[in-house]
Amino acid sequence: MESYGYVAPSSIAEVLAVLNESTSAGRMTQLLAGGSDVLVQMRMPNHQPRTIVDIKKLAETNRLEVNAEGIYIGAAVSSAVMNEHQGLRKAMPGLLEAGDLIGSTQVQGRATICGNLCNASPAGDSIPALIAADGICDIATASGTREMPVGDFVVGVGKNALREGEFLLGVKFAMPKASTKDAYLRFTPRTEMDIAVAGVGVRVSVENGICTDARVSIGAVAPTALLVTTAADALIGSSLDEAALAAAGQACRDSASAISDKRGTAEYRQKVVAVLCKRAIAIAHKRALEN
Amino acid sequence: MARLHVESTINGEAQEFLCDANQSLLDVLRDELGLTGTKEGCGTGDCGACSVLLDGRLVCSCLMLGVEASGSEVETIEGIAGDEGLHPLQNAFLENAALQCGICTPGFIVASKALLEKHPNPDESTIRYWLAGNLCRCTGYDKIIRAVQDAAAKMSHPA
Repeated sequence: MESYGYVAPSSIAEVLAVLNESTSAGRMTQLLAGGSDVLVQMRMPNHQPRTIVDIKKLAETNRLEVNAEGIYIGAAVSSAVMNEHQGLRKAMPGLLEAGDLIGSTQVQGRATICGNLCNASPAGDSIPALIAADGICDIATASGTREMPVGDFVVGVGKNALREGEFLLGVKFAMPKASTKDAYLRFTPRTEMDIAVAGVGVRVSVENGICTDARVSIGAVAPTALLVTTAADALIGSSLDEAALAAAGQACRDSASAISDKRGTAEYRQKVVAVLCKRAIAIAHKRALEN
Repeated sequence: MARLHVESTINGEAQEFLCDANQSLLDVLRDELGLTGTKEGCGTGDCGACSVLLDGRLVCSCLMLGVEASGSEVETIEGIAGDEGLHPLQNAFLENAALQCGICTPGFIVASKALLEKHPNPDESTIRYWLAGNLCRCTGYDKIIRAVQDAAAKMSHPA
């Protein structure tokens, strides 16, 4: 039987070479960033041994940049490191609050939002927040890099759009204006250490009291997180008044296709996602006004 | 397959060890280095019994590979007490009876040390959120929270 292997390349080219050689030789590989999902998966019964490719030694995956040109969060940047970046906190409070909801202090010391994205769980908290923030995936490929909106990256339960031989380098964003702010809310039976029953990521831009742009994304209520354009349509042009919020909430409810499980029934999830939507918009609105 | 040779600093001392590619840091500490103070509760990052500091950052040693500690500094419960005796947190846990069976205690002490390094005077809510990843099935948590508050007070105003 094949045994586990471990490599920690120091360049993108080396990672790509390992992935390519392994594919040619018929060996399985597993990319490793924070490891909070991967290590648990490795202990599942019948997990097949493979070569672990640790991408934390690359300069590119450790990038955490917040400046006028934009924001870049590398695939190896942990939630804890993100949380300590004051510029990021100011620019994207909603994304940080999503990362801050994933696991304990210990887990956040390792876990990465890019890993959360690649793991592609329907309940992954960072995914609706990344979609609301209009994140772009920066993907390393044999011929260079390619970009893809976060909203297209997750293609099914546990499935992402990476092709064989590719890996995620990081996510990037345009620098939001001071009057553009995001927020993320989720509902869980416990306040800590639980998995979302429903989650909503929003971002609103407010100019002279009027919402000029909005993005709303819902999580844990469909096989993948969804961008709800009908919710955004209900908000844009409004003063983010109660009627607009209610319409956006209803749009989230209509877009959800929740399932029933031990955390909640489908009906309950549909109802909660509308409430979370309204509350998250109110928070983002307040942040935009305070900027 | 050949085992991997890893060099790291553990509790302030340079260490070399051999491990398998899929061996967790927790298993390396306990089985290769004999540092059995770090406990395995769940093995899935939910209970915090295996908490250690990696380059000063609180992590679950069950959620990382031993080989990932290469070139890093690891601090375990065995490194908490100094030459002068127990750490104020250890004393506070004893004085406040903040432990019963003891399995969770090393993780709580390590996690609390990381907390007090970042927030020397945390309020109760901060302590409870910070320690939400450490499970205790005996104490009901209250004595643990009091012990951390006690240690924080003593560390900021030494007698």
